[in-house]
Amino acid sequence: MAEKTQSAEFIPRLLPPWELLAEGHRGCQGCGEALALRQILKAAGPDTIVCSATGCMEIITSPYPETAWRIPWIHVAFENAAAVASGVEAGIKILQKHGRYREGKVNIIAIGGDGGTADIGLQALSGALERRHDFTYVCTDNEAYMNTGIQRSSATPFGASTTPSPAGKESIGQRTEKKDLPMIVAAHNLPYLATACPSYPLDLMNKTRRALSTEGPTYLHVLSPCPTGWRHPIDMAVEMGRLAVESGVFPLYEIIDGKLRLNVEMNKRRPVAEYLKPQGRFRHLGPEQIEEIQRFVNEYYDRLIYRSQCDAEAPPTPHEE
Amino acid sequence: MGERVGLEVSLAVSEAVKLARAEAVAAYPITPQTHIVEELAQMVADGDLDAEFVMVESEHSAMSACCGTSAVGARTFTATASQGLALMHEVLFIASGLRLPIVMAVANRALSAPLSIWGDQSDVMAERDCGWIQIFVETGQEAFDQTVCAFRIAEDPRVLTPMIVNIDGFTLSHVVEPLELESQEAIDGFLPPFSAQVVLDPDRPVTIGPVGFPELYTEIKKQQNEALLASHQVIVEVWKEWADSFGREYRPVESYRAEDAEVLINLAGAVAGTARVAVDEMREEGRKVGLVRTRLWRPYPFADMREAVGSAKAVAVVDRALSFGGPGGPMASELRGALYPLASPPVVAGFVAGLGGRDITVGDFRAMVDETEKIVSEGYTHEYRMHGVRE
Repeated sequence: MAEKTQSAEFIPRLLPPWELLAEGHRGCQGCGEALALRQILKAAGPDTIVCSATGCMEIITSPYPETAWRIPWIHVAFENAAAVASGVEAGIKILQKHGRYREGKVNIIAIGGDGGTADIGLQALSGALERRHDFTYVCTDNEAYMNTGIQRSSATPFGASTTPSPAGKESIGQRTEKKDLPMIVAAHNLPYLATACPSYPLDLMNKTRRALSTEGPTYLHVLSPCPTGWRHPIDMAVEMGRLAVESGVFPLYEIIDGKLRLNVEMNKRRPVAEYLKPQGRFRHLGPEQIEEIQRFVNEYYDRLIYRSQCDAEAPPTPHEE
Repeated sequence: MGERVGLEVSLAVSEAVKLARAEAVAAYPITPQTHIVEELAQMVADGDLDAEFVMVESEHSAMSACCGTSAVGARTFTATASQGLALMHEVLFIASGLRLPIVMAVANRALSAPLSIWGDQSDVMAERDCGWIQIFVETGQEAFDQTVCAFRIAEDPRVLTPMIVNIDGFTLSHVVEPLELESQEAIDGFLPPFSAQVVLDPDRPVTIGPVGFPELYTEIKKQQNEALLASHQVIVEVWKEWADSFGREYRPVESYRAEDAEVLINLAGAVAGTARVAVDEMREEGRKVGLVRTRLWRPYPFADMREAVGSAKAVAVVDRALSFGGPGGPMASELRGALYPLASPPVVAGFVAGLGGRDITVGDFRAMVDETEKIVSEGYTHEYRMHGVRE
């Protein structure tokens, strides 16, 4: 209790005062994604341009003539946030060279949901990463197309019931494992990549800062609990994020110059059942399926530990030297 | 007087882009447009053009990146053709809706299937309604001149609308023509740097690309359309200024031996050269035939077209695109619409020809004029005819 009081009183004072995502946007009650966005922008600061993909965050923040964005913001389409950000970066670079744009660093952030990143936007993302644009891509992952009514994406986890992958007598919901997007991104050999969750605000904000201050393309994969789509109580988004991390379902790690480091190593992980249980999308799962999910989580987590240990012993990267 | 050179038309477009001091080019290779952007890449590599050249992974991303470069205030150019233009489709509407003055050369080429790398105008006709200013050029000189003018027009604060310069694939893009290249100094005098009013800038935050609810969507689209329609006046102004500076005149519609013509050929693009030869031949035989070439396609020059063809008996419209299951070619149906309010409009005979690289010869034009005269005397028997089909 004492610890809680302390953080409630002191942590906000340590954070930048600005709220660059205005209150009064049209997000659902208890939205974890809007929370993530707020924290990311706090860390990024006002010298930032955001390029959004079509999706929840785009529609809730920009009902013309209103806007929740206190920083410059552009939305072009669904699958091209990374391509638009490429253009913004290239444009500013040449304009600054010609003395036709304000001096100094401008943070460029592209933001897409899991659908806009892992599915329809994957090509544009890969292209922008390969071209080494100096920008940060943030995937706010709520594990389905929530904006259009909870349709599965390739980031939807095994067993989740969504509208086109419904649970039923003959179906356990989503039948395949969640696409491991951060590792696909990592294959582009980024200087910095991290997974994060707004339930760990300081961690998310520190990672945002590190991503933005690292030259070249960087990537944040942010698990964003969604009360509407996950069907958990609206006051539980933060707790759902914590359960995802503490159960090992969503490990927090960074990959810096190719070396993976687990940020919070969970030696004693909570059973995945604790994470699955409050969520309506998993309500239909029986002990067998939960056991299968537990097995998958264990295997994956063990592999991450093993890799982090190997990477720790690998020769130092230029940054470490 | 500019420097007189012999130059491949694609490279003349690149020269125009360089002289226009384009600051950003995002493009993806596709035949027959590649020479334009390859040359630009070389210019950047050689330090002759101080621009960001972004070689993206698709045309969809090319147009998306162009939206980004234009939204921060950089003068932006790209080029594409055919499937590439089709892949851009979604973003074309957004670029015009966001009022981003991107200039794009389209080296017109047929659309698959079957796959065809050869020329026709199906690609751009499928993008007829995308909200861009669209013109067709006939010669290398025109391609050069119009590419420079396109930046002036698109970036004009009264317009702020992207612009497509259509260049027939291969038959224009790949031919070497004599043309005059203007000096950097002269172009600088004609085309000031792009000074965008609304840009993504942390000092003046703006929201670009919001959601438009039913209460406002219609009004925004009306504004956009009004700007596109009003661009006609700016286009004419810019072309006048170009003529004053460089001596080459351009009008929305070009007429050739049309004054007393009973039958007019109407078309767009490089094939006008062949049509002119056919007109000369028929004139020598005493037939009252002329040519009206459509340069400005969007905004559609209603008044110019009515004036150019209104007093003829008939117009043979030669479309290098087919509206499947519809009225034949898009240029013919547009002209019919434009002429409808006239008390006694000319007969509009629609022909679809020159698809997928099929040549349209002098003989073809003669045959289409013959056919048109037959329609005048005997009446319509069909909506349009596909001309030059092998039986």
